[in-house]
Amino acid sequence: MSPAPNTSDTLDQVKNITDQKYKYGFVTEIESDTAPKGLTEDTIRFISAKKNEPQWLLDWRLKAFRHWLTMKEPKWARVAYPPIDYQDAHYYSAPKSTPLKKSLDEVDPELLRTYEKLGIPIKEQELLAGVEPTIAVDAVFDSVSVATTFKAKLHEKGIIFCPISEAVQTHPELVKQYLGSVVPYSDNYFATLNSAVFTDGSFVYIPKGVRCPMELSTYFRINAANTGQFERTLIIADAGSYVSYLEGCTAPKRDENQLHAAVVELVAHDDAQIKYSTVQNWYPGDEHGVGGIYNFVTKRGACRGVNSKISWTQVETGSAITWKYPSCILQGDNSVGEFYSVAITNNYQQADTGTKMIHIGRNTRSTIVAKGISAGRAQSTYRGLVKIMPKAIGARNHTQCDSLLIGDKCGAHTVPYIESRNKSAKIEHEATTAKISEEQLFYCRQRGLTPEDAVSLIVNGFCREVLKELPMEFAVEAQKLVGISLEGSVG
Amino acid sequence: MLEIVNLHASVGDRPILKGIDLSIKAGDVHAIMGPNGSGKSTLSYILAGRDGYTVTDGSVTYNGEDLLALPPERRAATGVFLAFQYPVEIPGVSNSTFLKTALNAVRRQRGESELDAIQFLKLARAKCKQLGMTDEMLKRAVNVGFSGGEKKRNDILQMALLDPKLTILDETDSGLDIDALRIVADGVNSLRGPNRAMLVITHYQRLLSYIVPDYVHVLAFGRIQRSGGKELALELEARGYAEFGVNEAA
Repeated sequence: MSPAPNTSDTLDQVKNITDQKYKYGFVTEIESDTAPKGLTEDTIRFISAKKNEPQWLLDWRLKAFRHWLTMKEPKWARVAYPPIDYQDAHYYSAPKSTPLKKSLDEVDPELLRTYEKLGIPIKEQELLAGVEPTIAVDAVFDSVSVATTFKAKLHEKGIIFCPISEAVQTHPELVKQYLGSVVPYSDNYFATLNSAVFTDGSFVYIPKGVRCPMELSTYFRINAANTGQFERTLIIADAGSYVSYLEGCTAPKRDENQLHAAVVELVAHDDAQIKYSTVQNWYPGDEHGVGGIYNFVTKRGACRGVNSKISWTQVETGSAITWKYPSCILQGDNSVGEFYSVAITNNYQQADTGTKMIHIGRNTRSTIVAKGISAGRAQSTYRGLVKIMPKAIGARNHTQCDSLLIGDKCGAHTVPYIESRNKSAKIEHEATTAKISEEQLFYCRQRGLTPEDAVSLIVNGFCREVLKELPMEFAVEAQKLVGISLEGSVG
Repeated sequence: MLEIVNLHASVGDRPILKGIDLSIKAGDVHAIMGPNGSGKSTLSYILAGRDGYTVTDGSVTYNGEDLLALPPERRAATGVFLAFQYPVEIPGVSNSTFLKTALNAVRRQRGESELDAIQFLKLARAKCKQLGMTDEMLKRAVNVGFSGGEKKRNDILQMALLDPKLTILDETDSGLDIDALRIVADGVNSLRGPNRAMLVITHYQRLLSYIVPDYVHVLAFGRIQRSGGKELALELEARGYAEFGVNEAA
C-alpha cells in the first residue's frame, strides 16, 4: 500500500500550491508619477496639490498628520510584525498617462489590459444591446482612480459614483459635510494616517428614495513597489434609498511588506439601506511568510436614520496581516446592523478581525456571523464588541462565531467584548471551534473527491451562511477563492 | 473481480488482519460475519483506502489492477463504494451539491462528461423515485439531522448515483429498526445485478434475511475461519461465535 500522506507532506503541499495559486501576483509595467519616499507635511502638501484640493481639505489633512505624530501604533491586536518604517515608503504613486481622464476611451490601454487580466469589466461597450448593466466599476490603481464605468447612466437617477478626488471638486459640499463624520480624523492610528495621506477611493451618493439599479463596485489594485495604499471611501444613502456596493482587492507578489490603511465611512439616513461586500485578496505573502500586504483598515457605518440598515459582508482571504473591524453605529431607532465574515488564513497569515455594534437608538438590532478558518501556521482571531447604551431600550444582538482548524499548527481565538448599560437588552453569543475531521475527508474521498475538492466543499459548507449574503456576481468567485486559498492544506 | 491474497494489515502497531484470502466474482454477494474486534471494519477501510490502516503483507487485485496502490478517490472512480457504518455529517453542504460534486468527480476520472445542474437533478430525482425516497432529501445538508435510517438510505442513494461495481456495506444494519432495515435492504437489492459484486459486513444474521448472500465467511482473530453458503449465517445465529473460540457476552 502506498504510504498515507502524512503531516509533513501536507505542509509541503500547502506551501507549493498556495504560492502558485496567487494568480494576481503580476506587475504592470507602467510609468508612474511617484512622490519621494518619506512622510512629512511636504508629502501631504504634495498629495493635496496633485489633486488640486481646496484649502479646507489640506488643513484637515495637516490637522490629522499633526495628531498622528502624537499617536502610538496600537499593540492590542493578536498580530506580530516588525516595526514599520513610515519614512521608507512612497505615499503617492499614479500612472503618468492618466492624471485626469475625461472618458474611458482615454484610459491607458496597459491599464485596461491589467484589469482585463484581473477579470474586472471596465469597458462599458462590452455589454450587449438591450441588456441592463448589473455592475458599475470604479478602478483604483495605486493612488488614483483610473476608470469609472456607467457614471452617466447612474447620473440619470441622480446617483453620484465617482472617485473621491473628483467628488472633492464636483460636490465639495457633500464631501465636506460627511468626510470624517463617521471616522473622525483622530479616530485611531491608521485611520488618522489615512486622513493625512489618503489618495483616492470611491464616493457614492444615493439621493432620497432611489434604489440604485446596479451593483457599485470598486476594484483596488496595488501595483507600485514600496508604496502604501491609503484609499478613502465615502458612501451616503439618503432617506429611503438603497445601494449594494462591492469591493475587491489584489496586489503583485513582492518580497517586502506593503501597507494598506484604508478608511470606509457609510452613512444611512431614515429608511435607507447599505449593503457593503468585500472580497479581500491582497497578496498574502509566500509560504515562509515573506512579503504580503499589511491590511490595517477602519470601516464604520452610521445608521443615522430611523429604520436604517447597514450590512457588512466580508470574505478575507489575502493579506499577510489583517486588522479590521467593520462596525455599525446604530443611532436611529429600529436601525439594523449586520456583520457577516469569513476570514481564511493559511501559511503564516495573521488575521485579527471582527466588528463593533454600538446600540444607541431604541429597538436597534444587530447580527454577527463570523467564520474563521485557519490552516498552516496561521493565526486567526475574532474580536468583537457589542455595546448597548443606556437609551437603547429593547436592543438585541445575536453573535455567532465559528472557527475551523485545518492541521495542528494553526490557531483560532475568539475575543468577544460585551457591554450592556440597558437592562432590557437581549444579547446572545454562541461560539464553536471544530477541526475538519479525517472522517469527513475520507467520506468525501470515498465518494470520489480529491482532498483539495473535499476541503473546498467542507469549508464552503462551513461558510455558507456568510457566502449566501454576497451578491450573485461575487458569490461564485468567492466560493472558488475559498477553495483556492486552502488548496493543499490537507493531504 | 476482487482477489484478496494473504492480506495482513495493522492499525498503528497492532496487527488486525492476519492473512485473509477472498475471491469475489462479478454478480456475487458475499457476507462477512464476525464478532466485535475481528477485523471486519478494518477490512472495509483497507479496501477503501482509509489513512491509518497499513497493509503489511499480501495483495488486493481489483479487475486486474493493484487496488492498494490507488488513492481513495481513484478507487471510488473505478467503482469501489463503501456504505459507512456511521455516515458522516457535512454541515452547510446540501445533499444535492455533495452528490453532484461526487458524481462529476467520478465521471471526470472515468473520462465521462460532467452533468450540469439540470441533468443532475433529473437523474437524482429518478434515483430517489426508484429507491422510494422523496427528493426533499436532496435539499438537506449532508446527513445533518438525519435519523439513523435516513443516513443509511442516503448512502444507498449515493450508491445508486455513483453506479459502483464493488459495493462494501459496513454494518449497514447497525442502529436500524426493522422497518428502516427493510427499506435499506430493498434499496440494496434493487441495485444487485450481474455486473456488480457486493461485500456485506455484519455482526448479525438479521440483515442477511433481507440481503441474501451467495457466500458467507466467518471472520475471527483476523482470519477467515470458515466459508459456506447462506445457511452458515443461520447456523451462526443459532450457535454464536463460540466454536471459533470467541466468548461474547451477548
